[in-house]
Amino acid sequence: MMTRRSSAGADRKRRDRMAINQFFFGYFAFVIILTALLVVTRKNPVHSVLWMLVMFFHVAGLYLFLNAEFMAAVQIIVYAGAILVLYVFLIFLLNLKEEIQGEHYVGEWPMGLTLALSVLVVILIPLAGMKVKPFGKWSIAAISKETHTVALGKVLYTGYLFPFEVASIILLVAIVGAVFLARGKSDSPEDE
Amino acid sequence: MHFFETIIQPGSFDVIVNIVIIALKIVVVVAVALLHVAYATYFERKTIGHMQVRMGPMEVGWHGLLQPIADGLKLFFKEDIIPANADKPVFYLAPLISMMAALASLSVIPFFNNFVIADINIGLLFILAMSSLGAYGVILAGWSSNSKYAFLGGLRSSAQVISYEVPLGLSLVGVMIMAGSLNLQDIVRAQQNYPTGFYAIPQIIGFFVFIVAAFAETNRAPFDLPEAENELVAGYFVEYSGIRFALFYLGEYVGMIIMSSIAVTCFLGGWTIPHYILNVAPFLSKIPGVIVFAAKVYLGMFVYYWVRATLPRYRYDQLMAIGWKVLIPLALLNIVITGFIKLLV
Repeated sequence: MMTRRSSAGADRKRRDRMAINQFFFGYFAFVIILTALLVVTRKNPVHSVLWMLVMFFHVAGLYLFLNAEFMAAVQIIVYAGAILVLYVFLIFLLNLKEEIQGEHYVGEWPMGLTLALSVLVVILIPLAGMKVKPFGKWSIAAISKETHTVALGKVLYTGYLFPFEVASIILLVAIVGAVFLARGKSDSPEDE
Repeated sequence: MHFFETIIQPGSFDVIVNIVIIALKIVVVVAVALLHVAYATYFERKTIGHMQVRMGPMEVGWHGLLQPIADGLKLFFKEDIIPANADKPVFYLAPLISMMAALASLSVIPFFNNFVIADINIGLLFILAMSSLGAYGVILAGWSSNSKYAFLGGLRSSAQVISYEVPLGLSLVGVMIMAGSLNLQDIVRAQQNYPTGFYAIPQIIGFFVFIVAAFAETNRAPFDLPEAENELVAGYFVEYSGIRFALFYLGEYVGMIIMSSIAVTCFLGGWTIPHYILNVAPFLSKIPGVIVFAAKVYLGMFVYYWVRATLPRYRYDQLMAIGWKVLIPLALLNIVITGFIKLLV
């Protein structure tokens, strides 16, 4: 009797947790889609950037729900703290104030929409055939015991070291290329 | 809905208790922090005054002790002016972002043993994330004011903050390697067990880089170019008045307190006193941890004022050169050295 009641209680607790998880996932997914739409429909680019900032925070919230706290923090530091600030900087330097009043979409938007929808279909086809396989070494319990940062570091620097280094080299090439392009314009040293 | 059942259920009573305890902790920490902000301005004016052979505020109360309260009341009752053609929603939002980002960082700082609002594994990264969010307050304030001086201040700030966030983060990597954790309580405990009692001695390069980057990150002298009063009047918040101006002020001083607190938790041993000092003077262990922590934070604040009274402002190109050509290579060198020592020892 006792065991049955306690197992029913545990069952109910798990169901509640699932419901809370679904509730929050629904919230995050809804806000992400809403703000993504706001980003592409705002006429003022600075407002677009602000909505993108809200979106990045909600994506970080999704990572937190997947027990990936390191990813969540890096999402904010890299995307919100570095990349988006660079966007703002570019918008300020280009001074788009005159263009804010102009037409927002170019004439070819039906073509763009068709392309975007076909890419969406291409992404959805493999998702339909996805199956959940048994978990490997890194179950949620194992990750929360080691902390996500340690787990990610171990996986990245042992099993996936080569792809990681390849990605680093590609980024380094991009940086060197950007520096080369920026420097190439001025021949005389005092122009720098 | 299961969600509400879970909260109302008798078994989840401890959940409600936890929420109440956390709410109480937040109220205490925010109240203490705001009081510290008020008296940090007094401390600053007195320190700089005496360094310049003046008295500083003397009129309101004994030795001007009530001056911060008078200033606060004045700011609260001033007229709130919004410039014509300002982007109103963004203009309202900017000071709030600035202040909330600063206050949110307080939630992961361990003030004494086991007293922290949110004891999370990524405490240090959370603070870096919040400091990068705080930059938006400055940038958006400059842009939405529709004023040249404010705009230039915001532009300078956006470049300065993205440049100095890199050395700030890298300088802390050495501490992360030595402590093997990003949790600020674990970092303090690791220092307690370390022979020197704090990480500032082995991590001297990291500590130096951190201090310089912290000055730039909080827009304080000698890196206060975003608000250079001689060129930009007041920089990004020149169009703000009354309570909105006060919010920026608050954000800046909370930011300084946060930076001092990180320096204390990551490099100066947090709430602990090194064990070799305790061996010589055992009665020191009677001092509560929060007082040790506060004393170290006040020392950090004093360094802020000391530097402000001593050093002239850098030129903009010098600021960028220091960040990219000196601090980042130094921080990377520190990571390499720390990594090798960790491997060998």
